[in-house]
Amino acid sequence: MTTVLEASQVVSGYGEVEILHGVSLRLERGEIVAIIGPNGAGKSTLMKAMFGLLKVKSGTVRLDGEDVTGAAPERIVRKGLCYVPQSENVFPSLSIQENLEMGAFTRTDGFRQRLDEVYELFPDLAQRPQLRAGKLSGGQRQMLALARALMLDPKVLLLDEPTASLAPKMVGDIFDKIRNINQSGVAILIVEQNAKEALSVGHRGYVLAMGHNRLEGTGQELLASEEVGKLYLGA
Amino acid sequence: MASIIVAYGRLRNQLRDYERPAGELLTGPGLWLLFSGLGIWALIGETDAFVIGVVTGSVLALGAVGLTLIYGILKFAHFAHGDSMMLAAYLAFFVLTGTVVGERTDTQALPWTLSDLPGATEPILDFSFGYGLLIAMVIAAAVMAAVFIVLDRLVYRPLRQRGSGIVIFAIASLGIAIAMRSLILIFWASSPRFYVPGIRPTTDLPFDIRIVTDQIFIFSAALVLAVLMYLLLFRTKLGKAMRAMADNPELALVSGINTDRVIMWTWVVGGALVGIAGVMLALQAQLKPELGFILILPLFAATILGGIGSPQGAFVGAMIVGIAQEVAVTVGFLSPGYKFSVAFVILILILLLRPRGLFGAKT
Repeated sequence: MTTVLEASQVVSGYGEVEILHGVSLRLERGEIVAIIGPNGAGKSTLMKAMFGLLKVKSGTVRLDGEDVTGAAPERIVRKGLCYVPQSENVFPSLSIQENLEMGAFTRTDGFRQRLDEVYELFPDLAQRPQLRAGKLSGGQRQMLALARALMLDPKVLLLDEPTASLAPKMVGDIFDKIRNINQSGVAILIVEQNAKEALSVGHRGYVLAMGHNRLEGTGQELLASEEVGKLYLGA
Repeated sequence: MASIIVAYGRLRNQLRDYERPAGELLTGPGLWLLFSGLGIWALIGETDAFVIGVVTGSVLALGAVGLTLIYGILKFAHFAHGDSMMLAAYLAFFVLTGTVVGERTDTQALPWTLSDLPGATEPILDFSFGYGLLIAMVIAAAVMAAVFIVLDRLVYRPLRQRGSGIVIFAIASLGIAIAMRSLILIFWASSPRFYVPGIRPTTDLPFDIRIVTDQIFIFSAALVLAVLMYLLLFRTKLGKAMRAMADNPELALVSGINTDRVIMWTWVVGGALVGIAGVMLALQAQLKPELGFILILPLFAATILGGIGSPQGAFVGAMIVGIAQEVAVTVGFLSPGYKFSVAFVILILILLLRPRGLFGAKT
């Protein structure tokens, strides 16, 4: 196995406030890795720091072995790392198709072909490409957000709580999609509140607490772990 | 008893659900109905004022579309927009006539100007101006685009990097507005000027309407530019990226859109529109240093009426404000000096009734 994305001893936060006090993780090719932990553990902060949206005060982020610490999001995107924010992750006044065009902004060729591939993965979106994204339901929006991030055919996908505030039925659909995307060869790092679901989908998982690594293991190990059960699964 | 309480609770919840749609119906379609009703009445009863209003609206539209675009993408009220229009108008005047200071008799003129081109001042068709003014307009548009880029580099970008609030941006642009007006006063003094002196030719339209021929040009130019703006925003990758950035700048960044370049192009487009709008304004009215500042009010009224950030809205809003201004004056209850108060009334009403404007997105 080869590591596609690696964070080592990342220290970051918002302005003066330090949230991450040295967090490390790695993502192997073809893996789904779940990051779970209580509110304020720094899960979303870690994603933003890896994607270049927050300043990394120390530590490194490597993408495919190359140091991308502090690189502009535009450059990171070109290198094959795409990110789906937790909320406000579509352009509401743009049509579905325009949203996908924006997802492919840095692409110079093969747009049509990729669009067809993505529509194949999300047939619901293909039915009404001219519909404004603002008119979509929460679940459809989340699908469009995933589709947008796939337009560049990324190697790695960062998903920040893709099922937050969705109806239970939609949660299952989204996790099914995530599995499909992963099977097409995309490594996925996912931050989740739905810890049980995320760990059963994930090959491996990390538990963060207070901006530190707390536990690490395969999805099954963590699901079985007494500590995880007590803290996050309400068991 | 318990069932009555439950039923009452359910009813109240239902009513609460209806409350908002009812308000929407009143302010959305209601406003449309009001404006189209007044518009039809003005068209039939006050045709001349209506037509002049459309011309005024065209000038406002050229400014308002740029203003709303800058607001949408940079998220601040660009108070220098009106004065930029006037500066552009004077720049065109300068390349056309070469005149620098003409307050007293010591007018400084350049040895060679656009007017010296062969036939540059020969009137085109029945218009008052020759092709020299058209070249001057293109030059003004290009120079204003460059001025906006330089101002962004010197003023707005450092403020962005510092994460300044919108008030700081607005005040900075207000300062730039005052600086621009002062520059005009320094170079061209305060007395009114015209591109072409003398009486302007008129044209008879059907239904007994007679208008200054130049006004046909102004309206046509606004229409052509509106179509061009539509094509830019809805058919090109850059335009779609502009709309995307107006929607959600962070997501635009995340998608790999080069937001700095989109901002630069926004200033280019806004500057070019300001250049053309300024020349149209001076052609419609006159060259006068304070005219740009006075224009800020109807410009913002048009922008907010249409829904701030919406180019279609800015166009429609500008037409409504333009027509309302002219018709209100001819109907007789307003002296022409109070023309701009109409824009102010519209602005207040919209802010009270429907702050998101006619075309604004629900938030």
